[in-house]
Amino acid sequence: MSQHSTTYVPKSAFAKWFESRLPIAGLVHSSFIAFPVPRNLNYFWTFGAILAFMLVSQIVTGVFLAMYYTPNASLAFQSVEHIMRDVNYGWLLRYLHANGASMFFIAVYIHIFRGLYYGSYKAPREILWILGVVIYGLMMATAFMGYVLPWGQMSFWGATVITNILAAIPVVGDTIQSLLWGGYSVGNPTLNRFFSIHYLLPFMIVGVVILHIWALHVPGQNNPTGVPIKSGKDAVPFTPYATIKDIFATVVFMIFFAWFVFYIPNFLGHADNYVPANPAVTPTHIVPEWYFLPFYAILRAIPDKLGGVIAMFAAIAVLAFLPWLDTSKVRSTNYRPLYKQFFWILVADTLLLGWLGAKPPEGWYVVVSQIATAYYFIHFLVILPVLGFIERPLPLPNSILDSVMGVKGGAGLPSGAKAEPQAKG
Amino acid sequence: MAETTSTVVEPSRRDFLFIATGAAAAVGGATLVWPFIQSMTPDAATVAAGAPVEVDLTPIAEGQIVKVFWRGKLIFIRNRTAAEVKAAEDVNLASLRDPQPDSARVKPGHTQWLIVYGNCTHLGCVPLGHQGPYEGWFCPCHGSIFDTSGRVRGGPAPINLPIPPYTFTSDTKIVIGQEATA
Repeated sequence: MSQHSTTYVPKSAFAKWFESRLPIAGLVHSSFIAFPVPRNLNYFWTFGAILAFMLVSQIVTGVFLAMYYTPNASLAFQSVEHIMRDVNYGWLLRYLHANGASMFFIAVYIHIFRGLYYGSYKAPREILWILGVVIYGLMMATAFMGYVLPWGQMSFWGATVITNILAAIPVVGDTIQSLLWGGYSVGNPTLNRFFSIHYLLPFMIVGVVILHIWALHVPGQNNPTGVPIKSGKDAVPFTPYATIKDIFATVVFMIFFAWFVFYIPNFLGHADNYVPANPAVTPTHIVPEWYFLPFYAILRAIPDKLGGVIAMFAAIAVLAFLPWLDTSKVRSTNYRPLYKQFFWILVADTLLLGWLGAKPPEGWYVVVSQIATAYYFIHFLVILPVLGFIERPLPLPNSILDSVMGVKGGAGLPSGAKAEPQAKG
Repeated sequence: MAETTSTVVEPSRRDFLFIATGAAAAVGGATLVWPFIQSMTPDAATVAAGAPVEVDLTPIAEGQIVKVFWRGKLIFIRNRTAAEVKAAEDVNLASLRDPQPDSARVKPGHTQWLIVYGNCTHLGCVPLGHQGPYEGWFCPCHGSIFDTSGRVRGGPAPINLPIPPYTFTSDTKIVIGQEATA
């Protein structure tokens, strides 16, 4: 950092004139060029940039798709087929957009679990974390409404099932349902407003993302040790170090994305959605998109309709309280031998719930769903608060620099602490 | 900011104007939300399209289930066989999740006609007719079971298939969406 100037100094006369009127170049410089980045970040820290890329990708492909899509119950399905068959490169735009939603969720789940592993939600990053939960909620609403737009069988029945879920809410449920439907059932008014809101929400996400980045830039980034930056030697400037690393990771992610788009574009979709919506016939097996499956499993695990709805929303809401549910002062799980085991059990539990969400709710699947759901809540509401009091954390390194250099100071570096996060990718 | 003094203890006219203006703005802002919310409720065309519909029962054979739509909602019209009616009537009501005698679910004198909403009361899927252990309906989504009276007999559905408002205008004609006035 010492070799870089930390403040923006306009050079040309025009730049000086402009900067004194709108200091945006200085803002960009301090946020994305001189901004100090912990020198020990691993590749899990590139998912913020990957998510920003996915958001832009979804907005750009979505704006173009909206030029050809018709939000009308009798025309929507055909307009999507028109995009696929007639519009030049329409197939590419649609496959980028449809698979992009899945890529967005893959990236956000890695991003969330990165935060869970390294304690990125702990003070002073609580607001940053809660804004992240808000973005996640907006993402889910956007994805759900987007999936309704092609007006295929899964679109229609997904919308029917989800709006019926909301009707279970006491007192206001029926009103909410009626406002979503705009009629007496899922129909043309529903499709129209879903399209409108689907177009609106991404821009609200952009707004919250700006707040998210702002909240990130106040305390700075967390890092694999969880020890804050103490001197200039602990950090490197954002540009070129983080910029290039983020771009490289994004390109690798784009290869993964392109593999889906060009080779298995319908792998994550459902064949039933290529059948036009028919209110008289339900597909034999209604399954939400993969990224909703864990929550769908929780919904169905509770034998009571309202109880299931409450549990499903609580499963998401509990994340917002994480900064206060985790009582441990140590951020990084690398130094928490007990929590590390529970972290991986939670990962396995979430994957199990996702698998169960795709299974029919019968026989032993129901019992396992109930156990997995119970464990999910026990992890956050019991294990996490208790662990902070009984766990004896490993000694922390004195600084990020010490950890990078492998200094066996008073603190010392636990063996494998640096290598393990990389091995997970 | 101009110099302010905190010596005034008595509420002044300025205080009144300040609070009154703020209150008017808050009430005005809240009121403005009303038309926006109202615009999202079913519009006049949708309401008009939700007018009662007449259904001729003559072509519905014994044992047949016919699907019709009213207000965009699916409705089953089932011409029950004598055996199905008997099965629906001979049920120990205490064993039901949502106890309701069959006689309360059909119109007197027209007991072979069962008219129920066609969406499962769990999450709205369409149950399949003549299936399940009671040969009423079986929902393929989450396994709810209904008998020949449309009553829930198993699975996650909390209540029976609801009965839409309808009335017999003659022995072979019903009007859905209109209760008998008599």
